[in-house]
Amino acid sequence: MNYDSLLNDKIKNIKPSGIRKFFDILEEMTDAISLGIGEPDFVTPWHIRDAGIYSLEKGHTKYTSNAGMLELRREIARYMSRRFDLHYEHAGQILVTVGGSEAIDLTLRVLLNPGDEVIIPVPSFVCYGPLTEMAGGVPVYVELKGENQFRLTPEQLKAAITPKTKVLVLPFPSNPTGGIMERKDLEGIAEVLKDTNIMVLSDEIYAELTYGQRHVSMANLPEMYERTIVVNGFSKSHAMTGWRMGYVCAPKPVIAAMTKLHQFGIMSAPTTSQYAAVEAMRNGDGDIANMCEEYDSRRRYLVENLNRIGLECFEPKGAFYVFPCIKSTGLTSEEFCQQFLMEEKVAVIPGNAFGPGGEGYVRACYASSMKDIAEAVSRMDNFLTNLRRRQGK
Amino acid sequence: MNSLLELLEQDCTQSHAQLAAQAGMTEQEVKQELERMEKDGTILGYQAIIDWDKVKRETVTALIEVKVVPQSIAGFDRIAQRIYQYDEVESMYLMSGAFDLTVIISGRTLREVAQFVGERLAPIEGVTGTATHFILKKYKEKHLVFGKPEPEERELIFV
Repeated sequence: MNYDSLLNDKIKNIKPSGIRKFFDILEEMTDAISLGIGEPDFVTPWHIRDAGIYSLEKGHTKYTSNAGMLELRREIARYMSRRFDLHYEHAGQILVTVGGSEAIDLTLRVLLNPGDEVIIPVPSFVCYGPLTEMAGGVPVYVELKGENQFRLTPEQLKAAITPKTKVLVLPFPSNPTGGIMERKDLEGIAEVLKDTNIMVLSDEIYAELTYGQRHVSMANLPEMYERTIVVNGFSKSHAMTGWRMGYVCAPKPVIAAMTKLHQFGIMSAPTTSQYAAVEAMRNGDGDIANMCEEYDSRRRYLVENLNRIGLECFEPKGAFYVFPCIKSTGLTSEEFCQQFLMEEKVAVIPGNAFGPGGEGYVRACYASSMKDIAEAVSRMDNFLTNLRRRQGK
Repeated sequence: MNSLLELLEQDCTQSHAQLAAQAGMTEQEVKQELERMEKDGTILGYQAIIDWDKVKRETVTALIEVKVVPQSIAGFDRIAQRIYQYDEVESMYLMSGAFDLTVIISGRTLREVAQFVGERLAPIEGVTGTATHFILKKYKEKHLVFGKPEPEERELIFV
């Protein structure tokens, strides 16, 4: 069989990852300390797991309604209003999805016509470009700058807009930079968008993980609620990555279109996970606070120490990543990560894996134990000292 | 922000530098605070939590409910002191409810524990009764679960 001729052209053209070589080495190195995976190191809090188990004991093993259990959508509506001052009706404005990822995919597929452009700030999580292409759209990448703390500026946005622009992706708080957009930053963006027909896909999966201030959504701004699609989920806030629980809140016509697609492609999100999610919404605010405080401790330690050992690192205000600049070493991101991994057995991710703007940076995830983080820092110190010696500095 | 004490309670083997960065203090401040709290008894000590079953050391641990003749708190304190001075006593608490004191003791054998209760504890003036419960299995202590976590086999993911 010539499978190559069978496969869809678009999917063939999508590269699995630009840094395959690095991942191949990483895969072999099973005893490395990993600050590579962007995932909470916490296990889902027990009361949430227990609710999932209990639902199985009671025999709740059937499909739920397409949009998700009524009870869960009601809880999500309360949660969004309680935590972020965002107000959505459980009937018609909320759809429960298989992780935030499905919500992103659905958004792009229901909005894009062939040739429509999607503005994607980079470095950012890797899914937006490929999903845009599969939906027939054209990704337009905007490189965020370290000197702007990786925020999107109105000038950058303006320069990227064309008559074909349909969607702006706002992935904040950011994986991989830890950057956020504050209200005043969003206001600048809103000002540009106001006279256009552009929809905002606001990926707020890290909304609960901000340090020193609460997250502000684009949908919080006047006149922006109508043109914003808010994607969120339980993976990062409640340490529930494996449950695959996400949701999307948006104007009714958009949710209706997404629900149509979701019912054909997915039917309904996993029932056990939905029961667990109800418990997470009802009694999980304390868990969020605890985990956030824990991440914050590690964040401060990591930022302070990376700067101390000579890796310039701006203070990330969200998510659980630091994104130090490694340009002073004279190495590319990939060289740096490869050598660091081989010499000191610590995995961090080359910044260029997250798009062109990431070159010259590496991503380290501090959702790891304090012990691992401390050990990683001391090995990084070694690595840099040896590197400087070799380079005769 | 995690307080210094919370950080220590989680893991007291962390360096002053680690504690300082996490608590938002300087190393010098951490050092001073620790000295102060060690001196005034806020921090009683630093110990490891050990699963002795792993090294096959035979020990028997018992929880003993002790009833004493009714008296004032100061009276309880006096009797308590006469009990907790024994090295065998690991932990001890004054309780509300059906009995007055919980005494947790460890010994090498069942006989040793029984002997302690019969010969040391029960005869103390004011002790009116004891009930000894032997601990059969330890599941969790100080937020730590006994037993090794099962290794998880997972292929590389990129998120």
